[in-house]
Amino acid sequence: MRTLARPLFVLMILATLLAIASCAAPTAPPAPPPQVVQQTVVVPQTVAVPQTVAVPQTVVVPATPAPAKKVEVNWWHISTKDPGLTYWQKLADDYMATHPNVTIKITVLENEAFKTKLTTVMQSGSPPDIFQSWGGGTMVEQAKAGLLKDITANMDDAWKGSFAPGALAVYSYQGKQYGVPWDMGMVGWWYNKDLFAKAGIDKTPTTWTEFLAAVKKLKAAGITPIALGEKDSWTGMHIWSYLATRIGGQAAFEAALNRKGSFADPPFVQAGEKLKELIALDPFQPGYLGATHDEMQATFGNGKAAMELSGQWAPSVESANAADKKGVANLGMFNFPAVEGGAGAVTDVVGGGNGFAIGKNAPPEAIDFAKYLTTASAQSQMASLAMGIPVVKGSEVGLKDPNMVEVQKAFAAAKYFQLYYDQFLPSAVGDAINASVQTIFAGTATPQQAAQAIEDAAKKNMK
Amino acid sequence: MEIPAVRNVTESYHIRRSSRRIQDKVTIVLFLAPAFILFLAFLVYPILRSVYFSMFDWNGLGPAVDYVGLDNFKDILTDTVFMRAVGNCLLIVVLSLGIQLPLALALAIMVGRDLPGRAFFRLIFFMPYVLSEVITGIIWMGLFNADPSRGLVNALLVLIPGVKPQGFLSDINQVMGVIFVVLTWKFFGLHMLLYLAGLQNIPREIEEAALIDGANRWQLIQNVTIPLLSSTIRTTILLSVLGSLTQFGLVWTMTGGGPVNASEFMATYMYRFAFKRFLLGYGSAVALVMLLICLTFSVAYMRLARQEDYQVSW
Repeated sequence: MRTLARPLFVLMILATLLAIASCAAPTAPPAPPPQVVQQTVVVPQTVAVPQTVAVPQTVVVPATPAPAKKVEVNWWHISTKDPGLTYWQKLADDYMATHPNVTIKITVLENEAFKTKLTTVMQSGSPPDIFQSWGGGTMVEQAKAGLLKDITANMDDAWKGSFAPGALAVYSYQGKQYGVPWDMGMVGWWYNKDLFAKAGIDKTPTTWTEFLAAVKKLKAAGITPIALGEKDSWTGMHIWSYLATRIGGQAAFEAALNRKGSFADPPFVQAGEKLKELIALDPFQPGYLGATHDEMQATFGNGKAAMELSGQWAPSVESANAADKKGVANLGMFNFPAVEGGAGAVTDVVGGGNGFAIGKNAPPEAIDFAKYLTTASAQSQMASLAMGIPVVKGSEVGLKDPNMVEVQKAFAAAKYFQLYYDQFLPSAVGDAINASVQTIFAGTATPQQAAQAIEDAAKKNMK
Repeated sequence: MEIPAVRNVTESYHIRRSSRRIQDKVTIVLFLAPAFILFLAFLVYPILRSVYFSMFDWNGLGPAVDYVGLDNFKDILTDTVFMRAVGNCLLIVVLSLGIQLPLALALAIMVGRDLPGRAFFRLIFFMPYVLSEVITGIIWMGLFNADPSRGLVNALLVLIPGVKPQGFLSDINQVMGVIFVVLTWKFFGLHMLLYLAGLQNIPREIEEAALIDGANRWQLIQNVTIPLLSSTIRTTILLSVLGSLTQFGLVWTMTGGGPVNASEFMATYMYRFAFKRFLLGYGSAVALVMLLICLTFSVAYMRLARQEDYQVSW
């Protein structure tokens, strides 16, 4: 027995250790892999800008007199790919060149990893000085918890007045400003003109009936009508939220928001029913329930689907994910079609954009740098790179990409602008919307049940 | 364990003995302290915090103020998605015990003794376990991609006439099967290794004696190998059950619990509520429910199945 006992003892210690490790899992879940690209800038002057990204050298840098004490500004952004990656780096380098006392430490994170990591640092009460934000409900929760800096007083009239007011308002709460936008756009149907022509569709649809007819035509021509990445459930949620906007209009959503109405009201149920009409045509690429947003962009960018419902980032992201890195040659965009008899107008838009929130511990230099990031010249460069739609007046001139011009026009024409549902509402409700709409796609819940599930979450979390 | 006190001894011996005893106690305290402090700081304290937070409706930002009592637990136990997660975990437990462990045992017996090139096979079989769960998940996501032009498995399937590409991870009915295949691929190596270690300790003589007595190969395995491996088997069962109940990394990477909660596990459910919806109070409550389930199983299992081990080897 003695000979058996010893290895057994070792084995059991090993087993106990492993058991402890697995027991510990519930209290400390492993985070998904953060794709962190840490960029430490050493010598600003020697950073070369790749030739493929043409960044005009016309940045006006406000010179500051007298070297002040050393300050480090922590900046988190989510542009993991070019042109954004190089563009932000260049702005940081230029700023540091004229402000030798300021070191800007950039952390680049992939979208989902960013959200996870931000939560962790938020809980420890030390947010980055400047970080990616989409405004809305999430930002309001952060502001309520005192994690953001109120920069209202730092914003002089010139800076404040330079923004499109609607875009700036997304980053304010109860009259206080907690961040600034750098891009504001909208979601619409992006389509491959060549594939539309091949299916014999000569006019983009303006009503839901026409839209369904176009889907049928594409199917008949052997083309996958729509690319969707429903593993990231927000991609499909936009179809539903647009339908709700078209059917119920501003009034229905605001009633639900103010808790005078409900998310189980008829417009939201009908949105699910219209969505079911679309799903019944089987318009999506195979396996769309397990596909990510990147895969959806790849499917569309590779010309394997004729349409995708996506935001102003679509042209740059579909090409970045395409096999040839060029993407759809003849790209176009049209507004989400109107639903017959609906209260919403075809010009109403659901959209949102990107901005930077300012963390509570941010030094004054961080705010000054945020100002530098949103100058008209910086914004105009951003526009010329087709990274997004600029929000600072006078920078639209930089918008060369015809697709971006189209988005900007549609955006400007909107009388009712609605920030993405999942961003505008508290995250508990936003994610409940995403998850509930997904159940409609999978056919595991009726439109009525899905709407009720959203209402249940709203009742609990929107008091 | 208490050592019975020794009576009828001289006084000097008594004194020596008691100072010795104090010394022993100091040694015990000193040696236990580091582990105990770590245990308190990283296990007991977080669990107590979870207990506290589980009674609040708290979004993780700022202090928890909205006290809700046991409502979170009530909501968890009435949520059909959580029940589904429990069901999925139990399904994996049953499949692991029914398929994965027997497979590992069979392979261990095969590569343990007579197979030519057994060192090579051992290495190959153990390799998946060394990979991180995330890498494993990404590899298999690629293999099981629903698009035949991107996923190897479907690319091979469509070569067979009349076979259509399968949804795999994007199909509600197939996703758990695929996850089980990947979990098996990943973890059978560990169990095989444990069995191999156990096999090393079975004396050759016993087997030879059995063979001389006229036992055939199957009888040998049935009556000698498996009974002598029983304590190892019990260990692997414990590991396998706890691993299945707390599985997170692989599932989160491959499906995120989807499509539409079809592959929801308790840990992915907890993660979604705590870190996607930022209902940290609710998430804490889920973690506690998980802990209770795992703890109940562990304690009951230790009592029932492992008592024998303690008697034999301690």
